[in-house]
Amino acid sequence: MRRFWNSFKRAGLPAHIGIVIILIYLIAAVFAPWLAPYGESEVVDPVPWASPSESGTLLGLDQLGRDLYTRVLYGARNTIALALGITCLAFFMGMVAGFFAATVGRWVDHLLSRCVDIIMAFPTLFFALIALSIFGTSIPVMVFVIATLDATRVYRISRALAMDINVMEYVEVARLRGEGLWWIMRREILPNTLTPLLAEFGLRFCFVFLFISSLSFLGIGIQPPAADWGAMVRENGVAITYGIFTPLVPAAAIAVLTIAVNLVVDWFLRKTAGLREEY
Amino acid sequence: MSERLLTVKNLQIEGFADDAWKPIVNGIDLHLDRGEVLGLIGESGAGKSTIGIATMGYTRPGCRIVGGSIDFDGVPILTQTAEQIREVRGVKISYVAQSAAASFNPAHKLIEQYTETPVQHGVLKYQQAAQNARMIYARLELPDPDKIGNRYPHQVSGGQLQRAMVAMAMSCEPDMIIFDEPTTALDVTTQIEVLAAIKDVVKQFNTAAIYITHDLAVVVQLADRIMVLRYGDLVEESDTRSMLESPKEEYTRKLLAVRTFAKNPEPETKEEHSLIEVSDLHAAYGGGIKVLDDINLSIERCRTVAVVGESGSGKSTLARAMTGLLPPMQGSIKYQGEELPRSFKNRTKDQLRQIQMIYQMPDVALNPRQKLRETIGRPLGFYFQMDGAEREQRVKELLEMIELPTNYIDRYTPELSGGQKQRVCIARALAAKPVVIICDEVTSALDQLVAEEILKLLDRLQKELNMTYLFITHDLATVKAIADEIVVMLKGRIVEHGPKEEVLVPPHHEYTELLLSSVPEMHPDWLDDVLASRSAVSA
Repeated sequence: MRRFWNSFKRAGLPAHIGIVIILIYLIAAVFAPWLAPYGESEVVDPVPWASPSESGTLLGLDQLGRDLYTRVLYGARNTIALALGITCLAFFMGMVAGFFAATVGRWVDHLLSRCVDIIMAFPTLFFALIALSIFGTSIPVMVFVIATLDATRVYRISRALAMDINVMEYVEVARLRGEGLWWIMRREILPNTLTPLLAEFGLRFCFVFLFISSLSFLGIGIQPPAADWGAMVRENGVAITYGIFTPLVPAAAIAVLTIAVNLVVDWFLRKTAGLREEY
Repeated sequence: MSERLLTVKNLQIEGFADDAWKPIVNGIDLHLDRGEVLGLIGESGAGKSTIGIATMGYTRPGCRIVGGSIDFDGVPILTQTAEQIREVRGVKISYVAQSAAASFNPAHKLIEQYTETPVQHGVLKYQQAAQNARMIYARLELPDPDKIGNRYPHQVSGGQLQRAMVAMAMSCEPDMIIFDEPTTALDVTTQIEVLAAIKDVVKQFNTAAIYITHDLAVVVQLADRIMVLRYGDLVEESDTRSMLESPKEEYTRKLLAVRTFAKNPEPETKEEHSLIEVSDLHAAYGGGIKVLDDINLSIERCRTVAVVGESGSGKSTLARAMTGLLPPMQGSIKYQGEELPRSFKNRTKDQLRQIQMIYQMPDVALNPRQKLRETIGRPLGFYFQMDGAEREQRVKELLEMIELPTNYIDRYTPELSGGQKQRVCIARALAAKPVVIICDEVTSALDQLVAEEILKLLDRLQKELNMTYLFITHDLATVKAIADEIVVMLKGRIVEHGPKEEVLVPPHHEYTELLLSSVPEMHPDWLDDVLASRSAVSA
């Protein structure tokens, strides 16, 4: 832990900014009900797109007269929690399958890899649209579909990483000791692949996050009246033609978080790759 | 003859590690005359390679030259611009690296790589350079010197490649060549060819050379003068013969005395069954060419059997077959009279426990993300269901047994030195309470003094715990030190097998004779004597 803190202190300004922003977002997501002045779908004043001065709120109202500030806070909750859940699920599936394929090898590896290739052959958005229209647009279905799609990318990386580790003599030692597959995957391979996978986690999280937003934007993601930044951009999109800034707020929320996560990921990648700045 | 070529004064080099610049070389003075060969010797971390390449004005990434001056043939190397240094490098100074395989570009033919430097620098035209190449190839006794240049690096053997590398270094007829451990990665029988080649060309062209190595016996064959380095400081400097006769410093004496360790032979035990009995063993990778051909071998309890041979002789494959990593095609391995399943997957947990293995490279044999507590503790938990305080206690006992401080229990393996890592590997093997330990080249990646400590440790453990060892090595000095019985392997077959006293004393099998006579000895005329006696035999 102290080692981590030390390396964090030297991480540089961009990473520090990124971490501060992420912390703010997390606080907003966790404490949304206490921070928000109104309820998630409460209509404050049935005047669409009332400006802050007209409505007496921080950021004005949305297309149905709900408080935008409240909606953005709740949106953080829904969007981030979902994105985090999906990324975790994707990593769990992808890593288990990837490590399994790499350690067992032979036909298991071929079978899994070809299945993954098939899924990857479809454009992701297209695949998600089909799956969601077949199984219906509910949150569990969406979580599972996006997680599966993302797991294919995670599978590829974790398989490649695990194959490098799998030929190491310490893995051979564990095999000769008689250790089972699960131990080898968990105790020998996982710790040695963790750093690059963590960096990948940050990156994947961004993609998932944008993906949910784009699904919501298309109307098949998180369903109203639940607040979601992507959906909020879509619902308020028309306002931009009247010169109203409302849709830019959730859009900015997406952009800033994406950038912040990437700043932190960059730091991680730099740390793992050993690509330090010139002295 | 004794014209001064290189003068290095107060050279200081720092390296970046753990967020700070730390000194690697602390003010070394060095000089070299034309045609002179200087040996730089020391253990890893002595700074010998760093000094060697610094004379070309180069440092490895993460290192910097912070002080001193280097004067090469009137050129102050350290104050030159990159362009000016380019004029010197490759033309007047050239470099021969340890691993020829890693230094050649695998995508180009040997002769293309030979001619590149002189043509690039405009010293020679391509045709002229190519012709020179053939001459030097012939001089270095490469087979078929007219055509070998048209081969790619992977199409020639390791020793040939190293000689091609020496040829390449000679391409511009430089004033000085830096040899950085050029024979360390080679078998003894190949090493002798390369040494002879180097000695010959250096004399022929009156080239000065800096010869960097950790092996004193090798350097005394070539060097006129030797500098012993340790931790970036000069320990001792004198001409070769007087250093051998009267070393001044304690450290030099230690280096000279290395390889004198020899254990007391274990008494022969008579039991109904040999502990391990290998009979008619045949093995191959992927059903291809046979790597092991009709191996018969028996190992008695509490004895050390050493398997020697060059790379490619199948000695490591024998270990893999015995552990079950490579199921043999034919033949049987009996353990205490009982036949072991061919693949380790079908062996019982207890069978696996009793045969443990220690590897050549402790770096890759230890999981870098585990603390010693887990590395050593896991076999205890796995085989004996030990946990908690009991397991902790036992791990500490094992650490004491391998002479490491018990507070190392919370260290990760990358925090240890090479010798300490190898000790941890030994502790991990011991944790399983094995009967047999297979040691696969366990000392070849270590410095000689460290290696000797490991051998002593293994010997002590054998006496205390009644261990049986199968010792696989290419190093005859190790064999002499530790073996009770010797098995000599060549191309997958056993050519000689018997107690140490019999195998090491003439008459030898022809191949054993070759191996034994190729081990460098600590006196400067050894190489010439061996070459003379060999040509007498062939003539």
